[in-house]
Amino acid sequence: MPLRETAPKLTPEQYEESFADITPRMNARQAAIEAARCLYCFDAACTIACPTRIDVPGFIKRIMTGNTRGAARVILEANILGQTCGRVCPTEALCEGACVMVEKGEEAIEIGRLQRYAVDHVLDRNIRLFHAGSPNGRRVACIGSGPASLSCAAALARKGYAVTIFDRAELPGGLSTYGIAAYKTRVSDSLREVEMVKSLGVVFKQKVEIGRDISFAQLEKEFDAIFIGVGLGETWAMDIEGEELEGVCGAMEFIERTKVLPFPQVSIGKRIACIGAGNTAIDVVTAARRLGAETVYLVYRRSEKEMSAFPYEHELAKNDEVIFLWQTQPVRILGDSGAVTGLECIRTVLGPPDARGRRSPEPIPDSLFTIDVDMVVRAVGQKPVTDFLRAVQGIELRKNGTVVADAHHQTGNKKYFAGGDCVNGGSEVVDAVAEGMAAARGIDAWLEETSGAARREN
Amino acid sequence: MADLRVKFCGIESPNPFWLASGPPTNTAGQVMRAFDAGWGGAVWKTIGERITNTSSRYGGIDYNGAKLMGFNNIELISDRPPEDNFREIAEVKKRYPENLVIASLMVESKRETWHEFVRRAEDAGADALELNFGCPHGMSERGMGSSVGQVPEYTEMITGWAKEAAKTPVIVKLTPNVTEVTRVALAAEKGGADAVSLINTVNSLMGVDLETFSGRPNVGGKSAHGGYCGPAIKPIALHMVSSVAKAVKIPIAGIGGVGYWTDAAEHIALGASVVQVCTAAMHYGFRIVEDMIDGLSGYMDDHGFRSTEDFRGRAVPNIKDWGDLDLNYKIVADIRQDLCIGCQLCYVACEDGAHQCIEPYTVAGNGKKNPNGMGVHVPRIIEDECVGCNLCALVCPVDQCISMKQIDEGKPFESWKMRAARQ
Repeated sequence: MPLRETAPKLTPEQYEESFADITPRMNARQAAIEAARCLYCFDAACTIACPTRIDVPGFIKRIMTGNTRGAARVILEANILGQTCGRVCPTEALCEGACVMVEKGEEAIEIGRLQRYAVDHVLDRNIRLFHAGSPNGRRVACIGSGPASLSCAAALARKGYAVTIFDRAELPGGLSTYGIAAYKTRVSDSLREVEMVKSLGVVFKQKVEIGRDISFAQLEKEFDAIFIGVGLGETWAMDIEGEELEGVCGAMEFIERTKVLPFPQVSIGKRIACIGAGNTAIDVVTAARRLGAETVYLVYRRSEKEMSAFPYEHELAKNDEVIFLWQTQPVRILGDSGAVTGLECIRTVLGPPDARGRRSPEPIPDSLFTIDVDMVVRAVGQKPVTDFLRAVQGIELRKNGTVVADAHHQTGNKKYFAGGDCVNGGSEVVDAVAEGMAAARGIDAWLEETSGAARREN
Repeated sequence: MADLRVKFCGIESPNPFWLASGPPTNTAGQVMRAFDAGWGGAVWKTIGERITNTSSRYGGIDYNGAKLMGFNNIELISDRPPEDNFREIAEVKKRYPENLVIASLMVESKRETWHEFVRRAEDAGADALELNFGCPHGMSERGMGSSVGQVPEYTEMITGWAKEAAKTPVIVKLTPNVTEVTRVALAAEKGGADAVSLINTVNSLMGVDLETFSGRPNVGGKSAHGGYCGPAIKPIALHMVSSVAKAVKIPIAGIGGVGYWTDAAEHIALGASVVQVCTAAMHYGFRIVEDMIDGLSGYMDDHGFRSTEDFRGRAVPNIKDWGDLDLNYKIVADIRQDLCIGCQLCYVACEDGAHQCIEPYTVAGNGKKNPNGMGVHVPRIIEDECVGCNLCALVCPVDQCISMKQIDEGKPFESWKMRAARQ
């Protein structure tokens, strides 16, 4: 069933313009000048602030001297997803937020853009920086092909492990491929990162579901260790009336369509409401505006102060002329002949802070109102996809569905390790990469230890 | 308002800013535009028998994104016929009688030829003559330029020839490509020079193209050594100017790395009466003199100097032999915690490159923006170990953050010479 009213289609040039890279590439001269601004701090704050501990002054110095390949090596040694992270990291909150230039009263060094400059240099030229280690006879399976698994797989492959990645999606890359706004990174960007991991001999098996297509028993028989990096799943439902209507969808599903379909084929209402105020909600409203939606609302129960989106993300939405409805709670979705026609909302007042310090919204009686929309996008967080792990003995899941893992990323079943969003509940790509690397170290250490023990027993 | 007029071996210049002999003083058009912009004098591009120049001619060194920290050239003297140059000098002098035109000369080492060119320059109306004994490339291989200036005896002899014919002041331009510049300066003085100017350019090769392995500047894949100049050579020039200022009694025209009025003031404080500028004018044009005039006047007003004579040479007595320095003078570094940004460049410089007297220290908060809940690095000086070398203060990127403070240990002045004399 179609939407009540759809946004007018744009010309191909308009789509490309509106989804053009928000942080355009630097040219060699720009990169050299920006790199020259870097003070080359010792034991640098930016590096400490990076979850993957990239030697930031080290790679920036290399850009300055024209050793761009060396710069890319420094980045990718620490973070195989250096390209994606250079584009999507909340650098203002991480490396650039820690840059001492700010303390000096100057702009922070544009670390994210410099990182991208260096990594693009080698990816554009297919420069091969890393090779598989000489085979150590051990095999590891990774479930999921997102940032955590890619990082874990690459680290292990470089140590000589034979790694196979199993993923249920059509394309590899997980969130990098499907879940990041198109004006930050395209599917093709993510796939060339996957290619780099493939070049290390990592085998990708797509459209395979573990526990259904391949049993855990089989997996355990074939592999010495198993890494779980399944991320998160579909967007949660809101449990309000009208969610079944045509024109209601989840944020992740909406963003995925903007990534895999040609822009003209993404169905988009003329008027849209997005519910939620996290970074994903910002991706939705900005994409909706760029696809041609005329009126885009961001509806949030709490106030601007409580929004979880980063300030610069908020700024992006403001620049796209999104209308923010703060302290507004959706009550039901209105429809006509199966299509969305409006969203009924109620105003809220914020009560005292709860245990987490967040003020909970209370509806204000008699404050119902309706906004006229053709489409409603839920951006209220993602469901866990860890239910299938209940079949594995020893793996413990928290109430919210996240996997319990120790400091070495080992789960209650010693053969299984886990990292990324399915463990931390949803964080940045760079955190997933860091956890994937840490899990690789955990796996290697555990297998070394157990084989040592086996040798001692023999 | 300070009076910038300068008397220089009997001739008066509207200000101490002259264009040095070089590409900016190649034609009457350039020199007249320079005078319009405010330059007090111009030393004409060196006149001699016609030569042919190469293409390319210049090379530059950029540093950290800033262009032309250093500059070099393999250009020779004027490639225009001497008669054209002399005719244009006459024209300029007619239209700009207040400004000084100094004819730079370089001819074969024959007494008659020198006499002839001196006469022709003076007939054209040049206010003074500058003998180019400094050019380090191209001309030196032909027995001119620095091949004269590198030998005190030749310098004295040819200066004498010029003086035999000259009615106007004779300035001898010195090359820095010698082991002891004062010997050549003294030879010029002995030969009768009315003044010396220094330094000419420094022998240099600007670099190698790592793809083609040709040198820079590149002339059809080959290169040759040339004369280095620009901001990079100022310290070399200041050293030589101060040495010559102590050695000779005749006036000095200071040359080398003058781009700002502060550079000019430093040359003057070390004994120069006027300064000559080339590279900065090649980089930015004649207009740079506006700020030079303005800045120097303001500085002089602030310090109550009515003329440059009031501070000329004032720094010379403070330039000593190492053996005369006070071994008991003691300073230590002091880091201002409130200004420290936590880059730790001072720490690593001291630890790896100096005397291991700074320790890393992390404070929580420190009242600063503290991203990611991290502590802030604020290194500490180990005062008892600090030798007062300056390195930390030199590398610190924050103004005023690290200063060197004097520690009075109550010890009397004692130089190495005094100590050696006692032993």
